[in-house]
Amino acid sequence: MELAALKDRYIGKITFWKAVFFVVVAVGIYSSIVRYFFGLGASTNLSDQFPWGLWIGFDVMTGVALASGGFTLAAVVYIFNIKQFKPVIRPAILTAFLGYLLVIVGILFDLGKPWNIWHVMVMWNPHSVMFEVGWCVMLYTTVLALEFSPVVFEKFRMEKPLKIIKSATVVLVILGVILSTLHQSSLGSLFLIVPEKLHPLWYSALLPVNFFFSAVMVGFAMVIFESYLSSRAFNKRLEKPLLMELARGAVFLIMMYLILKFIDFARRDAFGYMFEPTFETLMFWLEIGLGAIVPMILLSIPKIRRNETALFWGASLVVVGVVMNRLNVAITGMQGAAGTTYYPSWMEVSITLMLVALGFAAFRMIAKHFPIFEETKPIPASHKVKIKVSAKPKKALMNTN
Amino acid sequence: MSYGLLFDTTKCIGCEGCMYACREQNGLPDNTEHKLSAQNYTVVKSKDDVYYRQMCMHCEDPACASACPVAALQKTEEGPVVYDANACMGCRYCMVACPFNVPKYEWGSANPVVSKCVMCYDRLKEGEIPACADACPTGATIFGKREDLLKEAHQRLEDNPDTYYQHVYGEHEAGGTSVLYLSSVPFPDLGFEMGGYYKQAFPEYTWKVMKEIPNIVAFGGIFMFGLWWIINRRMELEDEVVPMHENGKEDK
Repeated sequence: MELAALKDRYIGKITFWKAVFFVVVAVGIYSSIVRYFFGLGASTNLSDQFPWGLWIGFDVMTGVALASGGFTLAAVVYIFNIKQFKPVIRPAILTAFLGYLLVIVGILFDLGKPWNIWHVMVMWNPHSVMFEVGWCVMLYTTVLALEFSPVVFEKFRMEKPLKIIKSATVVLVILGVILSTLHQSSLGSLFLIVPEKLHPLWYSALLPVNFFFSAVMVGFAMVIFESYLSSRAFNKRLEKPLLMELARGAVFLIMMYLILKFIDFARRDAFGYMFEPTFETLMFWLEIGLGAIVPMILLSIPKIRRNETALFWGASLVVVGVVMNRLNVAITGMQGAAGTTYYPSWMEVSITLMLVALGFAAFRMIAKHFPIFEETKPIPASHKVKIKVSAKPKKALMNTN
Repeated sequence: MSYGLLFDTTKCIGCEGCMYACREQNGLPDNTEHKLSAQNYTVVKSKDDVYYRQMCMHCEDPACASACPVAALQKTEEGPVVYDANACMGCRYCMVACPFNVPKYEWGSANPVVSKCVMCYDRLKEGEIPACADACPTGATIFGKREDLLKEAHQRLEDNPDTYYQHVYGEHEAGGTSVLYLSSVPFPDLGFEMGGYYKQAFPEYTWKVMKEIPNIVAFGGIFMFGLWWIINRRMELEDEVVPMHENGKEDK
């Protein structure tokens, strides 16, 4: 009897997704045991020829990129002062915070000696990009925790700390934007030292700029992606007008990103590589075509932006494009020089899946118990104005009041 | 005082004495892998009739040392690039960064370390020469001060112009290396990369960007704070109740 009560209390009705979750976590735990007791060789397909794989490419590089909604939205709301986007900022910061925690867990899986991770704090090498990424991820995760803390203070009605942290909001946001700018771009800089190894479709002195731009653009897409899923999971109203504006912003950012890519290829005189009949070319076009050009066209059509499902799929394509970009840099583009092909082992995949599943579950649990989705006051019709999320925020701002 | 090694393919007979000496010196197991690995810090390879060694090049400005986030890899004053396994956290960025693909990893271990030649740094400190140079019966691998070795190498090129491909590999490659090569055949035939990206030290590719970080922090901070202040101030002013409406519209 008691057992049944416990089950009801903590597990509840077994649904399809819950079952999937438990299976994924169980398999992930098995792989984790193999990885920590028998080493990377026993659990991964990594080798001397190919020392970085799925965990660096996806769990770390993609994870950080997809968590960029936290700093982009914070900048839009608190620095550019476009308050209309306030309803989506808390979920965006929560997504980012959980994302970074998972990135750190992912790093702990990938490091050969994870118990030495704290060395980066005391054994400095300022010449190392990895050193800078380590510090930025550490500091920015702290900033995110602080940015998220008002939610916790509100829940437990702790007025004093709430007041203190709210007075520091702008400082935190500026700090967060600087730290994010640094390490989002630095994940690209990691590969600056391998000009002879990374395929010329991706190697460029502008790698850090490319990484930064794509992170900002996927930040917008991730907010749409996450809001849509939340609205379905929690049966809440979708902040559609806001998301439509974000989609417009995303279109603008994708355009900037593509123009930057074009200039970069022109500068390097590398257009020829785009048409060589290789596997890399195929992956490049999937990344750019499916993941940037198609969603840019889709989301630029007002009719599609107005349709919730189409809006969601458009944003999802942007996410797919950035995921592919990171994986192409970390894996596809590095295979040629390594003289070997790498595909992740099932254990690598299972641990990545476990981390993603834990992320979804944590988001769900926190959203259930904490005030993540603010009650939004309906905006009177007379106050409805067009908001432009673009390079000229000031103009838009003058209209907002 | 920077030391180095000079290897000459015209003198190498492929006896693999250096490989055995290296294994003994570093306590590595006998094996038949015949490639650089956690068990082989050096290996003798052949291309047609030409024998050549593979080992850490001990760059003057090493990519691995610049990449390592915890400074576990260091270029010493004496020349060797050494590794501190206790500092290492196992990110393997050194392996990715090395332009010669030298650092290898103990994939089978649950407490793995990076392995590579350290030019017998311990022997050097005791006044001995590296085990491989000591073991070489033909003088194909010789040890000495880098500048002396360079002079010797150029002397050999000059004395026997027909025997050698006219290039001292490692003099300028990747910003210069402590290990130098002479070859009877063109280096690219042996798989040695020349020119292109190898014309400069690899850490420079990164440093161009890394050195801008303090500027980004300073200007970014000031710029964003200024932006926030201006926008915020404007909105405050707009909110203020102005008795006369210059624009003629009603206040909301």
